[in-house]
Amino acid sequence: MREASTPDDRPDRWEELVTAALLGTDRRAPVGGAPGREAPVALLDAAAMAAVRRRAGLRPAPAARRVEPAAEDARPALPEAAARRLALLLADRPGTGGGRRGTSPDLMELLPQWLATANAHGYAAPPQTLPALLDAARGRTDLRPAALAFAGPRALWLARLNPDWRFALRAAPGGGAALPDLQDTGEVQRLWQEGLFAERVALLGAVRADRPAVARELLEATWATERAEDRLMFLDSLRTGLSAEDEPFLERALSDRSRNVRSTAAELLSALPDSALAARMAVRAAACVALDRTLETPTIAVEAPLECDPRMERDGVVAKPPTGRGERSWWLGQLMEAAPLGTWPGRLGGRTPEEIVTLPVADGWQGELHAAWCRAAVRQRDATWSRALLGAPSALEAGGPGAVSLADRAKLLSVLDTRERAEWVAGFIATHGLSEAFQLLGVCAVPWAAPLGRAVVDALDIARDAGSYPWSFSGVMGLAERCLDPAEAARLEGLLAVPDEREDASPGAGGYWAEAFQRLMTTLRLRAAMAGELDVS
Amino acid sequence: MGGSTFDAMTQQGVRWTADQVLALAPDAASRKAGSKLGAAGPWSEAGSSDEGTVWGLCKGSGSRPYQTVVDIADSAGPAYKCSCPSRKFPCKHALGLLLLWAGGDGAVPTGKAPDWAEQWIEDRKKRAREKRTAGGGGSASGSGDLEAARRRAERRAERVTAGATELEQRLADLLRGGLATAEREGYGLWEETAARMVDAQAPGLAARVRELGAVPGSGPGWPVRLLEECALLHLLDQGWLRRERLPEGLAATVRSRLGLPASADGPPVRDRWLVLAQYDTADVKLTTRRIWLHGADSARTCLLLSYGAAGRSPELALPVGLALEAEVAAYPGAGQLRAALGEQFAPPSPTAIRPPGVSTAQAAARYGEALRDDPWLDAVPVTLDRVVPVPDGDSWQLADADADEALPLTPAARSRPGLWRLVALSGGAPVKVFGECGHRGFTPLTAWPEGTGQAVTLC
Repeated sequence: MREASTPDDRPDRWEELVTAALLGTDRRAPVGGAPGREAPVALLDAAAMAAVRRRAGLRPAPAARRVEPAAEDARPALPEAAARRLALLLADRPGTGGGRRGTSPDLMELLPQWLATANAHGYAAPPQTLPALLDAARGRTDLRPAALAFAGPRALWLARLNPDWRFALRAAPGGGAALPDLQDTGEVQRLWQEGLFAERVALLGAVRADRPAVARELLEATWATERAEDRLMFLDSLRTGLSAEDEPFLERALSDRSRNVRSTAAELLSALPDSALAARMAVRAAACVALDRTLETPTIAVEAPLECDPRMERDGVVAKPPTGRGERSWWLGQLMEAAPLGTWPGRLGGRTPEEIVTLPVADGWQGELHAAWCRAAVRQRDATWSRALLGAPSALEAGGPGAVSLADRAKLLSVLDTRERAEWVAGFIATHGLSEAFQLLGVCAVPWAAPLGRAVVDALDIARDAGSYPWSFSGVMGLAERCLDPAEAARLEGLLAVPDEREDASPGAGGYWAEAFQRLMTTLRLRAAMAGELDVS
Repeated sequence: MGGSTFDAMTQQGVRWTADQVLALAPDAASRKAGSKLGAAGPWSEAGSSDEGTVWGLCKGSGSRPYQTVVDIADSAGPAYKCSCPSRKFPCKHALGLLLLWAGGDGAVPTGKAPDWAEQWIEDRKKRAREKRTAGGGGSASGSGDLEAARRRAERRAERVTAGATELEQRLADLLRGGLATAEREGYGLWEETAARMVDAQAPGLAARVRELGAVPGSGPGWPVRLLEECALLHLLDQGWLRRERLPEGLAATVRSRLGLPASADGPPVRDRWLVLAQYDTADVKLTTRRIWLHGADSARTCLLLSYGAAGRSPELALPVGLALEAEVAAYPGAGQLRAALGEQFAPPSPTAIRPPGVSTAQAAARYGEALRDDPWLDAVPVTLDRVVPVPDGDSWQLADADADEALPLTPAARSRPGLWRLVALSGGAPVKVFGECGHRGFTPLTAWPEGTGQAVTLC
């Protein structure tokens, strides 16, 4: 605020009083003052009058330069109940409270699901919740994409005003700048030619998702002038909508100056089974793997490459192995991974993938070979091979340290459709229990399909009867809270009672299990309520 | 959330929002714990009555569920009872139950209270009746008591006079030697003087003296602020020493500023009171809660104060944005806004009422005018219409949407998370803001978006 000046309240008069007060009236007596008053008292009298007058005379200050208003958010407002729920979820921030969880749900863990559902309905965030949303997204990077999508344009507007929220500008496409209409060729060309790197990456990604060929042509036009690290990022955008049409361009990129660009181009080409690179790799890989029919049972014989020649390197094979790995097996792995899986039935006596993976492998090459096929199946999104490599979920080695690790199985599962994935994991849990299921459950679609949900609940029930404590299963419990279909809540009713303690059980375990199941059920009910609040149609 | 207030009224009577319930929590941990209990899972046999009682059984870690009951219609704010051993007030079960009730998804149907809840409500009603009867009969006490009270008041006045005189001497000494010496002496000087004022039974003087100690360390411009505060303290001393010559209203203001007891003996004003804002300030010993009310019909703004001893939440809590039909009575003093909440006729309920607002220039003028009645006033409550938060260097302003004038935010308001809620709510467009406007600037407390939309608390 500023002071209004009046004739009898000259600023210099007040300054005079302050100076006198600072130095002391013994040294500097102010001029004037009522007669008969001691100097310090007279000073206080005058200052009291002046202070009240100064305060009473305060007027507004001139306005500073205004900020451009935030862009309109055209999405519909949240239903009221959903808005209340969001306030609750955001109030449950880490660091408030703590301790044992008891029977109450972990609200913060439900926020990602809530955001995904709200985004699917296309609601706008209530503006006053944006600071809490941005703070939550700042603390948890996994939350950022959904939180920022929900927060909408006003959150970016806010982030420009508060350095704490800069991450939102970085995370947003084009640093928060709006992309042009993708049909407007002139404007797209202009931004591609003149835009900042982040804007160009965002533009290329958006165009690629819309019209893949146009994106590739944009990139080809400026390819020669791009910097190496930019070329790598741009090339990576081609993963979306990859097709045989991209092959000539990618083939040229195999001769790029940058090694990273070359290997990315090779990786993309090997995901196109009909590409020339894939054919070259097939020839190289086939030369290393043969069926030895001289033995009693046909066996796969492996002869790893003896050298990594320049042409192999050009096709993306990395010559130098990581420390601790032999050169030849390293090269073999790369060839097998990049060769089209369609090569093998012909090469191995017309056998199906299921038959191929059961063939014995000579000289201890099985691990190397199967691991490379796993990577190939994932890269080429080949469901038949994935199924073959996974084997039956109830097979003995599925739970143990078999040829294929749990991590590889999780990746193979991601190639299968959601129903098949859920059924395989359900079968796995039914045979092997929960102790190794965590990673596999993580790749299943949410909410879990009915057979999977039942398998998990049954396995938890069995684990309880086995007498261990529920926190040995806290990972799976937490997943179940977030992923189990709320419709399963009714099936949990029978598990809520505290059973009589048995002699062999861990002390108090029954009570803790009842509590854990109670929390599971409460969370499921809450999720059902959350979904209902968002779905008002 | 526009227009939703009306849905809430037709569907479920007078339920609150989650924010309003969470505002009752005594601390962040309770807020979190309460939030988690705001789901149907652990609750059974929950219900609510039209008279404003909410009850339910909450399953805890023990075998018997806790019995939780809340009376939201009580004139002194919601009252709680829970069989849990928690010493938090309200406990997480009471908060969770209110959240469940506020959620309104059928988990807390309207019905008849079970015996255990009914018993508690009846006991409370009985006690309230007894208190009223006792209060009515109290005036019949003998004239001997009155005489004793008068003598006590006289003795206290003598002590205060001695304290004020001593303080005048200290201020004169300070000004004689210069404020620069105060900077060197630090807190010690003021702490000791403050203790003397406590002995003199003048808590108002003690508090002001204690605040003087912090001024020399408060950054550039401190000599101006220290002189102002010393001068106003001197003015208060002088006001007390010459109180017989002051108009009655101003004398009452001086007594209240000194911290002498007064009772809210103004005539009760019945109105629909909109709860504008509620916030707490705490020091080591005491939590002070301020609640601003706006009367829809009387257009009066008044302040309710409530206190909690160390760490405890003050008992009175009213949800911001709701309106309650009640009587309030003012405390004595010219320009005095403090009032006491009297009888409450209906529980707080959603409302479309918003306080009428003014421009920034009118707000500044209103503070100036209020100083006439109370020169010690730091700020006045005021609602600004159509203002936009604007960044101004390191600070922020509230600028008139339609004029080139702005009020700066107070330093305290700049560092609160509420500032960002205000900025987010506005998005660069005009909003209505209630807050306190004074010589340090404007402190926003509650905001409303243009058009419809609920109140958003900023404190």
